[in-house]
Amino acid sequence: MKTLLALVLFPLASALLRAKDDSALLERLRNRDPDAMGELYDRYSRLTYSLIYRVVRNQSVAEDLVQETFIRVWNRIQGFDQQRGALGPWILTVARNRSIDYLRSVDGRMAANSLEVEKMENPAMFSNLEGEIMNMDRVRSLKAAFERLDANQRLVLELAYFEGMSQTEMAGKLHKPLGTVKTWVRGALKALREEMGEEAVA
Amino acid sequence: MYEFYALGVLEADARLEIEDHLGRKCGVCTPAVKRAAAINAAILSFVSDVTPPRGLRTRVVGSVGGGKKQFSWWPVWAVATAGLAVAAMTFYFETRDIGTQLAQTKATLAEKTTEAGRAAQIFEFLNQPETKAVGFNGTEAAPPKGNFFVNGRSGVLLIATNLPKLDAGKTYQMWVIPKGKKPVPAGLFRSDDRGAATHLQAGPVDVATLAAVAVSLEPQGGSAQPTKVLFAAPVGL
Repeated sequence: MKTLLALVLFPLASALLRAKDDSALLERLRNRDPDAMGELYDRYSRLTYSLIYRVVRNQSVAEDLVQETFIRVWNRIQGFDQQRGALGPWILTVARNRSIDYLRSVDGRMAANSLEVEKMENPAMFSNLEGEIMNMDRVRSLKAAFERLDANQRLVLELAYFEGMSQTEMAGKLHKPLGTVKTWVRGALKALREEMGEEAVA
Repeated sequence: MYEFYALGVLEADARLEIEDHLGRKCGVCTPAVKRAAAINAAILSFVSDVTPPRGLRTRVVGSVGGGKKQFSWWPVWAVATAGLAVAAMTFYFETRDIGTQLAQTKATLAEKTTEAGRAAQIFEFLNQPETKAVGFNGTEAAPPKGNFFVNGRSGVLLIATNLPKLDAGKTYQMWVIPKGKKPVPAGLFRSDDRGAATHLQAGPVDVATLAAVAVSLEPQGGSAQPTKVLFAAPVGL
């Protein structure tokens, strides 16, 4: 019942947490089985498309970026840790970065930090994530904490997560002092970590 | 700020500081970055659920040479196999029906052949010049009617109608009765639904010593001596 409720309330997060079942699929992807791409798509396309659409707000562009995301995963799968890697979080990160790159190209924000973004989707980053937050209870707590953030805190997180802005860029966009933005960001992340039962880390 | 680092949106000075720690395999920063990556993925999954457009799958899977799922032989095989199964079952039952019909036809043919043989035998019997007709009258209120035909070389033939209906476990039995001797059994027979019967006891008969022929009603399997005589005909040859 609990699992069913979670599936209803957090369908995308449920897809994200399916990482434990991915090892056979990963094996086929590593063996370059083209049909494994179909299975990968079936598992993660909804999650990927939803995220990309949230960022770019355009169906045609979202379709292009979904394709680009899956091809990128396909081409980099050899570097992914089949036993300890979390496929869902990695795909989400790749999808998010493709979307942010697109936004930056449109905005003319040509990526002072695009190289850094590339580094953050290195498959090695997604090994051994399961023990951290990859369970539904923690995801549920995190979402509840996210929704309790005040408007400014939520705004700066959304600008970072879904528009790829640094704190300096946020300050410029919001016409607020950088210190104010940093305060909002720090407060938001602290609230999330506390909800997760972790000590606030700088 | 590990979350912002993992998102790639951290300012350069803070980013370089974390990377310096990661390069030294810092026991705090390394797990913190992984934890941040997990938190980030969870937050990214909080977006509204949107269904991908139809056709996108074909495009994505086709871009790496896949897409066989769009046309699988399995449904074809499944349909073909199901069709073969139905055909095999139909063939089996039809064959079984044909076999049954064939057996019935063979039985009918055998029966008709037997009847034809008997008819031919009877016709031949009646056509022989030495065959003599012997009339009889039964003892019933609606007595049986017919004739015995006696032929010393070929036997005794009975053609009768209006025979009484046989009860269960009963049969008719024909007898030849030599002069001064006990009746001799001459075969069992049954009538048809209309009470008609034709019975031939083939084989030589000593017509010179034959006193009479008769038919009796007997238990199933017949008797050594007549139980209830239905009709008899003296053979005064």
